Amino acid sequence: PFSLQNQNYKCHGSSKGKEREQRASIRFKTTLMNTLTDVLRNRPGWVEVKDEGEWDFYWCDVSWLRENFDHTYMDDHVRINHFRNHYELTRKNYMVKNLKRFRRQLEREAGKLEAAKCDFFPKTFEMPCEYHLFVEEFRKHPGITWIMKPVARSQGKGIFLFRRLKDIMDWRKGTAGKKFASLEAQPARAPTATVNPSGTHDTRSSDDQKDELPVENYVAQRYIENPYLIGGRKFDLRVYVLVMSYLPLRAWLYRDGFARFSNTRFTLTSIDDQYVHLTNVAVQKTSPDYHPKKGCKWMLQRFRQYLASKHSPQAVEALFSEIDNIFIKSLQSVQKVIISDKHCFELYGYDILIDQDLKPWLLEVNASPSLTASSQEDYELKTCLLEDTLHVVDMEARLTGKEKRVGGFDLMWNDGPVSREEGAPDLPGMGNFVTNTHLGMQGRWEVGVPGGAGGIQHSTV
Amino acid sequence: MLQEESDLSLIIAQIVQKLKGSSLYAQLERQAWASLQRPEIRLESLKEDIKEFFKISGWEKKLQNAVYSELNVYPLPSHPAAPPEHLKEPLVYMRKAQGSWEKRILKSLNSMCTELSIPLARKRPVGQQKELLNKWNEMGTDEPDLSLFRPVYAPKDFLEVLINLRNPNYENGDSLSFRTHLGLIQVPLKVKDIPELKECFVELGLNTGQLGIDDSTQVPPELFENEHVRIGQKVLAEQDSAAAQQYIRQGSPTALRAELWALILNISSQPEDILYYEQLKTNVIQHDLLVDSLIYKDVKLTASNDDYYFVFEDYLYQVLLCFSRDTSVLGHFAYNSASPPKSYIRGKLGLEEYAVFYPPNGVIPFHGFSMYVAPLCFLYHEPYKLYQTFREMYVRFFFRLHSISSHPSGIVSLCLLFETLLQTYLPQLFYHLREIGAQPLRISFKWMVRAFSGYLATDQLLLLWDRILGYNSLEILAVLAAAVFAFRAVNLMEVTSLAAAEFLLIFLL
Repeated sequence: PFSLQNQNYKCHGSSKGKEREQRASIRFKTTLMNTLTDVLRNRPGWVEVKDEGEWDFYWCDVSWLRENFDHTYMDDHVRINHFRNHYELTRKNYMVKNLKRFRRQLEREAGKLEAAKCDFFPKTFEMPCEYHLFVEEFRKHPGITWIMKPVARSQGKGIFLFRRLKDIMDWRKGTAGKKFASLEAQPARAPTATVNPSGTHDTRSSDDQKDELPVENYVAQRYIENPYLIGGRKFDLRVYVLVMSYLPLRAWLYRDGFARFSNTRFTLTSIDDQYVHLTNVAVQKTSPDYHPKKGCKWMLQRFRQYLASKHSPQAVEALFSEIDNIFIKSLQSVQKVIISDKHCFELYGYDILIDQDLKPWLLEVNASPSLTASSQEDYELKTCLLEDTLHVVDMEARLTGKEKRVGGFDLMWNDGPVSREEGAPDLPGMGNFVTNTHLGMQGRWEVGVPGGAGGIQHSTV
Repeated sequence: MLQEESDLSLIIAQIVQKLKGSSLYAQLERQAWASLQRPEIRLESLKEDIKEFFKISGWEKKLQNAVYSELNVYPLPSHPAAPPEHLKEPLVYMRKAQGSWEKRILKSLNSMCTELSIPLARKRPVGQQKELLNKWNEMGTDEPDLSLFRPVYAPKDFLEVLINLRNPNYENGDSLSFRTHLGLIQVPLKVKDIPELKECFVELGLNTGQLGIDDSTQVPPELFENEHVRIGQKVLAEQDSAAAQQYIRQGSPTALRAELWALILNISSQPEDILYYEQLKTNVIQHDLLVDSLIYKDVKLTASNDDYYFVFEDYLYQVLLCFSRDTSVLGHFAYNSASPPKSYIRGKLGLEEYAVFYPPNGVIPFHGFSMYVAPLCFLYHEPYKLYQTFREMYVRFFFRLHSISSHPSGIVSLCLLFETLLQTYLPQLFYHLREIGAQPLRISFKWMVRAFSGYLATDQLLLLWDRILGYNSLEILAVLAAAVFAFRAVNLMEVTSLAAAEFLLIFLL
């Protein structure tokens, strides 16, 4: 893979000793059947193992992780695609707690201005435990819309909007609560949590919970009523961030991603129509208006171009800068609580919403972003994304550790900010420091990128 | 000398005549009257003082822009004895061909009408009017049954007509020589060769900076981009159409494009323009036309399925439906070889007092028509701005892509230019493609008819349309088409069928 090198630069790889030996073949395991399997099978020197075979690389799902990670021995070189307690970042209620705590810490250490940089998450309250705090806030802003989301479900399930307390009274009394508690196939019960002094959350395994009534946690969040609209439609952005370690924090940002559009025109008059408000493709697919040929995604480059034709270059630059800030702050807020096992890496799917003032908001972080392709363009994006992820994970021990860019990934944070300039020392605070991120700018298909193959050369056509 | 002078005065007279009817004239008059209040205007030197005032206040610039616009759009007056048809199209055989093509289109439209028993036009009942008004911003959610409607024609039908065009006065003999044109177009029109093109498009030379190439991330912006952007801002500040047109030949910075195009096309959104658009909207609400269904069908088939443009579906309806009601568009038929179709009130066929133009703007949409509008949605999102820009682009450029004429920017000339370039500079490729039954024009025709919309990524398309505006000519479409073939020449030499050639070129674009 092509890479931008900087000689004065601290390494990003955790490469030491015998891990860095070249291996004859790399045994991989996965349970998914989608783009990922294609990528893994096509990778030279990678061999699939099934069932009980020994593996060097496992792309697992989170339920396997929860049940087996703690009693699986892994050699030094082995890699797995999740951190043990990723839910600190990906479960909405934990993320909020961690972010709030981090914000308080920032305020103490660096002042109000710095802490305000964490205000990218709409006001959120855990239910039912923070119900009273929520009601206080609710009464301060009568008439605004709130959104209720289950903490652990994905694909838009179980979400509803409301404006009156009456709408959630029933829920609280238990009628609706019971309805939502009858869970569809969650692999295990939504774990109940106990908070440790360090701030981490323990989850009990499914065995312990067999005899308990499943309680599903929700969060009530302030709904963003003035989203940025394109063609009268609401959309959100899906961006990919690859974290190679938390201690120290090393994160890569993928240049491509997409904007997901709601199929119907945005209006606040019908908050019951969940199809309007939820831009998740999974939800859109069930909408009666949905036509698979239509496709409701735009690649980020297109989105960035669109913005550039409507707003000044400074405004667009500022927006993307704030988006970078979301990634960094959110990762920093869980840095100390996530168990930073050297075997682990994780590819997160961040969902970002832009409002009409061009302010980005974090909706949520996904530890298992969908790898199923919804169109040819999507297939190419995800194929390249996964290939580049494997390049960065570097089972083949080819990277020098000094790279700032690998394929479509830019090194965004390496125990500190990373500068875009080649050769310049990474000193923020210098007048012309520009972060090494290129979201929505030219992808791997740039002229002069040997090995950074374009979609055509990976001809799956 | 005398001839030139009288030509010039004729031109001036014509332009003055045109502008007298425009709102600019009324505004200038008002400004002149208002300026009498000003202290610097004195009775003794009234004329000079007012002129000076106009210069300082920017009104002279506006007038200049309007004159420049007229010069760009309207052909120069020809011999005083020439009948108006000659302004539309000087060559008889072209006029005849256009006439019979129009007859065919109308026949097709009428038969669809009779088959489906749908009137060409009807007044909407009040209930439906209300409904449509409510849904105006989201007409895309409507799913009317369009299965019985067919597009009136598709570009390939039009191509067949062009292939059969012949000049009855021209005899080139049976014997093949090196002069024989091997392509599909067999009419002897004059097209530019490469030296002439180089002269014409001098700003596209290799030594001149271009946006889209010299602003890529590898090139330091100090070399070209920064200066070019600065000049662009200056041009906008001066509000000078002619300067903008010259400037945009090297491409427009994304952030400035919307304003630059408006300046070049001399569009300023006055209250009366907004009102006019609202009036058109009312017409749409009140009357339902058969062409509306054709427009719906076209949008659903093309733009809605496009990865880039599906988002703008609603805007397309808002523009195209209003466009078909806009009678001011009829003005462009003075210099378009086409003529608006006439329809007669039921039972009064042939009686001129009962004739109306159908649709009101005289333009019958064909398959892919909505793609002319779609890229503009990237620049404007107020419907009336979008509308004005599209209308102006249509009456200046796009109409030439689907009418038969001898104009150098007309589709016939473009096809001939494309084929000639290919045959002259890539003869081996041309011959090979011809041998395998893959005449190059069959592939590139649809690109040119749509001005590459839907075939090029939007950012590149807009850079291309920058040059169309800058040079006030569509010839660049033919040159680009030939360049695409040249770029893929090596691969194309290996294909063995038309389908394979098409396939290869999809991936390029």
